[in-house]
Amino acid sequence: MNQARTNPLNTAAMHGALILYTLIALFPVFVILINSFKTRKAIFREPLAMPDADSFSMIGYQTVMKQGDFFLYFQNSMIVTVASLFFVLLFGAMAAFALSEYRFKGNTLMGLYLALGIMIPIRIGTVAILEMMVATGLVNSLWALILVYTAQGLPLAVFILSEFMRQVSDDLKNAGRIDGLSEYTIFFKLVLPLVRPAMATVAVFNMIPIWNDLWFPLILAPAEETKTLTLGSQVFIGQFVTDWNAVLSALSMAILPVLVLYVIFSRQLIRGITSGAVK
Amino acid sequence: MQKPRIRWHIAVFLAPAVLVYTAVMIFPLFNTLRLSLFSKIDQERVYVGLQNFQTLFGDPIWSEQFWNALGNNFWFFLIHMLVQNPIGIALAAILSHPRLRFAALYRSAIFIPTILSFVIVGFAWKLILSPIWGIAPSMLDAVGLKSLFAPWLGKEEYALTTLALISVWQFVGIPMMLIYAALLSIPEEVLEAGEIDGITGMSAFWKIKLPLILPSIGIISILTFVGNFNAFDLIYAAQGALAGPAFSTDILGTFMYRTFFGFQLQLGDPHMGSAIAGAMFAIILVGVCIYLFGIQTRMRRYQL
Repeated sequence: MNQARTNPLNTAAMHGALILYTLIALFPVFVILINSFKTRKAIFREPLAMPDADSFSMIGYQTVMKQGDFFLYFQNSMIVTVASLFFVLLFGAMAAFALSEYRFKGNTLMGLYLALGIMIPIRIGTVAILEMMVATGLVNSLWALILVYTAQGLPLAVFILSEFMRQVSDDLKNAGRIDGLSEYTIFFKLVLPLVRPAMATVAVFNMIPIWNDLWFPLILAPAEETKTLTLGSQVFIGQFVTDWNAVLSALSMAILPVLVLYVIFSRQLIRGITSGAVK
Repeated sequence: MQKPRIRWHIAVFLAPAVLVYTAVMIFPLFNTLRLSLFSKIDQERVYVGLQNFQTLFGDPIWSEQFWNALGNNFWFFLIHMLVQNPIGIALAAILSHPRLRFAALYRSAIFIPTILSFVIVGFAWKLILSPIWGIAPSMLDAVGLKSLFAPWLGKEEYALTTLALISVWQFVGIPMMLIYAALLSIPEEVLEAGEIDGITGMSAFWKIKLPLILPSIGIISILTFVGNFNAFDLIYAAQGALAGPAFSTDILGTFMYRTFFGFQLQLGDPHMGSAIAGAMFAIILVGVCIYLFGIQTRMRRYQL
């Protein structure tokens, strides 16, 4: 079958195009990583050579370790991302359940209200958000970031999760009701486990933008003890512009955690996107 | 079925999301729009009506910056539409080919730039394009095009286009994935029916697949639009808040940041910042409305 659609020349051309683009996509990352392990001289003399016994050096990483508090930044990013995801998933799933399970006055309106935020970026409200965080004393605390990212993630989370919750069988829930389970137990014990794949999709979608955001850390939490990894590396690189070893090492250290997360979650992410979760 | 009692559990389920969303997103959004109608005079917040907008559009110092940023922003968007989305569609079309080997591998690799932060992307490209390091010139030299090299990020006429292309490099994975998903959902029978009629290969793509994925292309366009018109991070990471050289890479996001936060000797002005945010809000709203009412409703959807 499909004889007409496979022709060795075509296949070769397709692989050629894909390999070319893959090289374009990976080349900068590769160059940064290999050069972070080289001496200053080798970085400039042969930027495209792999580090060997002669040119190998960890001097950049040593500078980064000494000068920047990357473990603290990493920890901050971790706390902010995990806490925001937790709240997005919990609150989002609860609201999605209410919208998809019960009929009540204003249901559609509430759904539309919550969906507004899918298209309108939260950044537009930055001036007032900063004022509010200053007024409540949350500025320069991780809570400020967690609140903002939770609000930012909720609209899409509610939208995707309610689509999935509509597919959970009514018989199951009604059986639970006949057995005398409360609505809360039905939600937490029966429905949540069933929509776990959708929750994972939402988590993966939200994770990367939160981890990588520069705008809100810069505005709401620029203090040394609350810097996220993204802001921390931005500031560090800004200060060490001329120290190429340090800059390349800092970049590599910022790439590594995301790359590890991606390797762990990429199947989930790609399955999430391709299963039509964002149609 | 319970009907008459007040069902408190509904309120309990809705409350946390609605509260956080309203307090941290919707309320500040409108509060920002409100703040744009005020100004600080003698340390006091005074209602000034539309005066900030008058300054923004009327005062030559402000309006020149505003139109510059807006024009740059449109160019930024245009390059994404003309380069990012076609490349994304082309990659997706190749990837969705049945029985292509290593498809998953290519897909994952091409998506890697999308997961990197703007800081990494901005600096990595700055280093690669840097004339000091010389990776870009020596690579051009290898293919005999060394004369084409220029310090692109440092030249007023090239910097914005270069940054837009860097952004394209970073985000091409998103249209690729979405179109890929849309292409996979086209049923095999439709393609086979076309094959019987002699429509194969490229013409199958143009005549059968492309019309079927138009709704997805619409979604990608509006996502690109919204993303581009509140972009900030890449320009800030690569060129700083001044969006150099000579403001040639200034877009609305960096303009708002500078106005709102201040830079060098200029003091920050939250009210003018709010006015710019208001203008951005209007632009995004117009774009989304054009999409929702002008494009999405008119697009033919095929029942598959």
